[in-house]
Amino acid sequence: MKNRSLVSINDYSKEEYLKILDIAEEFEKNPKQKILENYVVATLFFEPSTRTRLSFESAVNQLGGKVIGFTDAASSSVKKGESLKDTIKTVANYSDLIVMRHPLEGSARFASEVSAVPIINAGDGANQHPTQCLLDLYSIRKTQGKLDNLHIAFVGDLKYGRTVHSNVIALANFNCTFHFVSPFELKLPSAVKRHIKEKNLEYHQYTDLNEVIPFVDILYMTRIQRERFSDPVEYERVKNAYILNGNMLGNCKPNMKVLHPLPRVNEINENVDDMKEAYYFQQARNGVYVRQALMASILGIK
Amino acid sequence: MESKKTRKELIVSALENGTVIDHIPSKNVFQVIKILGLDSFDNQILFGTNLDSRRYGKKGIIKVKNKFFEKEEINKIAIAAPSATLIVIRDFEIIEKKAVEVPEVVDKFIKCINPNCVTNHENIPTRFAVIDKDAIKLQCHYCEKTTSKENFIFI
Repeated sequence: MKNRSLVSINDYSKEEYLKILDIAEEFEKNPKQKILENYVVATLFFEPSTRTRLSFESAVNQLGGKVIGFTDAASSSVKKGESLKDTIKTVANYSDLIVMRHPLEGSARFASEVSAVPIINAGDGANQHPTQCLLDLYSIRKTQGKLDNLHIAFVGDLKYGRTVHSNVIALANFNCTFHFVSPFELKLPSAVKRHIKEKNLEYHQYTDLNEVIPFVDILYMTRIQRERFSDPVEYERVKNAYILNGNMLGNCKPNMKVLHPLPRVNEINENVDDMKEAYYFQQARNGVYVRQALMASILGIK
Repeated sequence: MESKKTRKELIVSALENGTVIDHIPSKNVFQVIKILGLDSFDNQILFGTNLDSRRYGKKGIIKVKNKFFEKEEINKIAIAAPSATLIVIRDFEIIEKKAVEVPEVVDKFIKCINPNCVTNHENIPTRFAVIDKDAIKLQCHYCEKTTSKENFIFI
């Protein structure tokens, strides 16, 4: 993976992301190694995303690397009208690796074509956010001991949630059974289902969250946003149907874990937080190890 | 029928050197002229539309004197008029007659439908992979969204 950009989850093979997960395990055991001491990582956030930025910066800092960059476009030369190409080409002179977040879809792909240093996409509009996907795979494998033969439920906004799309595409490489729980208006798009069908895997669709809880290994919750509904009455009707409450978990499997990409609003009641099924904060922590593993691989250190 | 056929052949053979684009869907003739930049071309051009065709009912035809299309131009024709036939003429003889072929990759001349695609905001030539050659569905190399035939805007 040395010197290769990661823009879309499809850029790496199954073997390659398993390799990243293995390296991430090493970092989980020993996250503070001074292996990036001679490296500069640029974090270019053309739109703010505090959580993702801090996760990357923590990953670099714990490995002894230096971080340069900006936290939103308003504090950069973009405001003066500089093109994306010029920004990337310039910053590539100052750094060994660029992590970028941008509101426009395709921006990271374009950056990877003009940049002299590798690019890690930390989210390009509604398109891709591959490191979120990798950390989700890591979390699933860590809690279940494997990625094959699992029953995985995705809950909430399956239509617009890019995290769900990338995860489904990546998990279709493993022999999983998918369970999609969403309001009718926010069903998984057929372009994403195509990846499941191509691999001849099974999927089922539900509108009732309670139905899947007894038999799934992973319950992946996402937020339903009001602005996704053309009819506000429809939103009011469904908004409470996709909220996970602690008392709903009574008959779940003993190995079942609840994941969420965060930030959460109200879709997981706080009474779940202290239950053994809650894994979302650990999941966020795993993001640091996975990003360490990815950056170390791309820089050719691991 | 016979007289029409003779007349059609006369039009084709009237070209000494150049290319005939035949079997263009009638409604796409002006589009093909535009995307090939023929509207600002100095050579002699003859075109017709809503002509009778045995194969398609109605068809359009464009004849361009002293012009032999390059690969990139043929790709444009294939996207706008996949049923078209190219007839290359030299010294009044038909040198080559072939159906256009829908390419694997479409570069630079179609706009991505996604308003949030980086190609619609920065100075970046568009690029698509053709994911369905029959229905002509294009997947943007950048934003990964699909643009279908009915939404094509030629640039």
